[in-house]
Amino acid sequence: MTDIEPPGATWRRVSPKYLVVDLVSTFVTGAVLTVLSALPLILGHWVYGWIPPVVVGIVALIVLVLTPRRVRAIGYELREDDLLFRRGIMFRRIVAVPYGRMQLVDINRGPLSRALGLSELKFVTAAASSGVVIPGLPQEDAERLRDDLVARAESRRVGL
Amino acid sequence: MSAALPVVRAQELADGEWHRLHPATPLLRGGIAFLAVVGVLLNNFRERIIDLFVGAPSYRGDPVDYVIDRGLVPLALLAVIVVLALFVAGYYLAWRFHSFRITEEVVEVRRGILFRSHRKARLDRVQAINISRPAFARLFGAAKLEISQAGHDANVQLSYLSGTSADALRAEILRLASGARESARASAESAPVPANVVERRVAELLAPEFDPAAAPPESVVRMHPARLAGSVLLSESALVFAALLAGLVVLTSLTGHYYFAFGFVPALLGLGTYLLNRFTKSLRYSIAATPDGVRVGFGLLSTTNETLPPGRIHSVAVSQRILWRPAGWWEIRVNRAARGHDRGSQQQQRSTILPVGSADDALRVLGLLLPGIDLDDVRLGLAARGVPGDGYTTSPRRAAAIRWFSWRRNGFLLTRDAVLLRRGAVWRELVIVPLPRVQSVGVRQGPILRGLRLAAVHVHTVMGPIDARLGALDPPDAAAFFRYVERGAIVAARGDTSHRWRSGEATA
Repeated sequence: MTDIEPPGATWRRVSPKYLVVDLVSTFVTGAVLTVLSALPLILGHWVYGWIPPVVVGIVALIVLVLTPRRVRAIGYELREDDLLFRRGIMFRRIVAVPYGRMQLVDINRGPLSRALGLSELKFVTAAASSGVVIPGLPQEDAERLRDDLVARAESRRVGL
Repeated sequence: MSAALPVVRAQELADGEWHRLHPATPLLRGGIAFLAVVGVLLNNFRERIIDLFVGAPSYRGDPVDYVIDRGLVPLALLAVIVVLALFVAGYYLAWRFHSFRITEEVVEVRRGILFRSHRKARLDRVQAINISRPAFARLFGAAKLEISQAGHDANVQLSYLSGTSADALRAEILRLASGARESARASAESAPVPANVVERRVAELLAPEFDPAAAPPESVVRMHPARLAGSVLLSESALVFAALLAGLVVLTSLTGHYYFAFGFVPALLGLGTYLLNRFTKSLRYSIAATPDGVRVGFGLLSTTNETLPPGRIHSVAVSQRILWRPAGWWEIRVNRAARGHDRGSQQQQRSTILPVGSADDALRVLGLLLPGIDLDDVRLGLAARGVPGDGYTTSPRRAAAIRWFSWRRNGFLLTRDAVLLRRGAVWRELVIVPLPRVQSVGVRQGPILRGLRLAAVHVHTVMGPIDARLGALDPPDAAAFFRYVERGAIVAARGDTSHRWRSGEATA
């Protein structure tokens, strides 16, 4: 399983409270998609109209059931010169970003996250595809991490 | 703003004082707008003008008839003249309020009459300097100088300058940006200039793209128009064009109705102009090395000529579409940090460094773009399939399930200063990312890849037409790739001085 993972990585996990946020948003998304796919059944008289909502519902349920594992799979590590980030179990993705490549750091908070005191930290580089977004950090941790990242980037500043 | 700005002279433009643009600027900008207005008017009055000669019935009740019937012609003419005068005055004022300054560190532009804008750009962040000469402006010996910066629509445009001062100014900006300590101003004086204005214009029109003093006059690639035409004809869009044309002919001749033309002709016209544009824009192509980077020139009537300082190229792709294979042609595109607000075709042109060339041409161009690269590695990267022992780490046999034809070719090579990704058997491609330009690196495994015990890697660079990813690798290979690139990118970026590319040189 740990085939593609860098050896010796000691992952820092996100707050367990983030599970609530992810569960709720996954549930809402799944429910909305299921209802949307059921529109032909509700509006028309299509014989096989029951198939799309059932399929979508099952997929949504699987995603929902896997949510705790997915949340546990989110991890990051501050190494000497770069930030290591990983997420996903079905679709696994591991990214390494040198601190010097940082262009800016965003801290975002959705309504649900705010109620639980969580923040999302986004590490932006000049490449749009880097896509390093660490969700579910406690507010203070996020701010400390942001300041830490900025300081590290400053001491390792490189060009574009 | 004081009226006593110094007279514009080529060598003094970069002295840290405020300067104005070429005095003909209002005419050139206004003139182009004026031509556009005349064009629109002519288009609208087309029927009327035809009527004038053919004598068909006139259109009652439109504004022109109204003016003529009421005897308001003098008044109408007066109105036209006043509007024109206002335009000219507006352009003149815009020119008066448009000034620029180039210092050791920054280039600044102030512009606007009512809405003032002041743009300041750091010289060590210059991504490219482009001199373009639109056909109309060329008649007046004027040129547009554009300093591209990283980011969307983040360029500084100086339009217009006189052609010679644009060249001199570019050399001066590059010198300031490069961090070289000694001025090269003495050598900026170029060949004797004919005294007569007409002779000078003719000389400029015929002159080679490159100032012989500033660059080796020989382009490293000779672009034959026939090859360019062939490359355009052997493209997917040309095939679509031919198919559409054939469809139109067949449908029309079978049914005898002409109304199919309404559906086909607009598409044909669009595609035709696109193809023609691709051809004419790449005519007179030239590429050469200068001390301050690669210089690429394009264009027959409207020419552009761009200098890319070292280290401004974020990734390079050498590709061969299947139709080009019999001819052995390759195309070279690059990712760069500067992104204009231009339309798609122009964007495409800016990212295309070599529109078409033989394998040898491609290798020569790569040698200019990435001076450190080992061309033998590239040659192996262009080869049809991988040979064991060629240095490339290729996909395992089981990858044939998702890389039917290319699993022997699909692979990567890690060198001291670059990553080479070789992929595609039908549409062959070799992507090269210099390690100092790597923004981040990722490794990925989805359900299908995991089922096949494979993994994919992705080198993230600035946005552009090239996506440096490689799929279907053995997971341990992918992990090794990840470790190497992640480490190598940090080390390479630390040792990189290309933002001030000549700062390391001794004072000459």
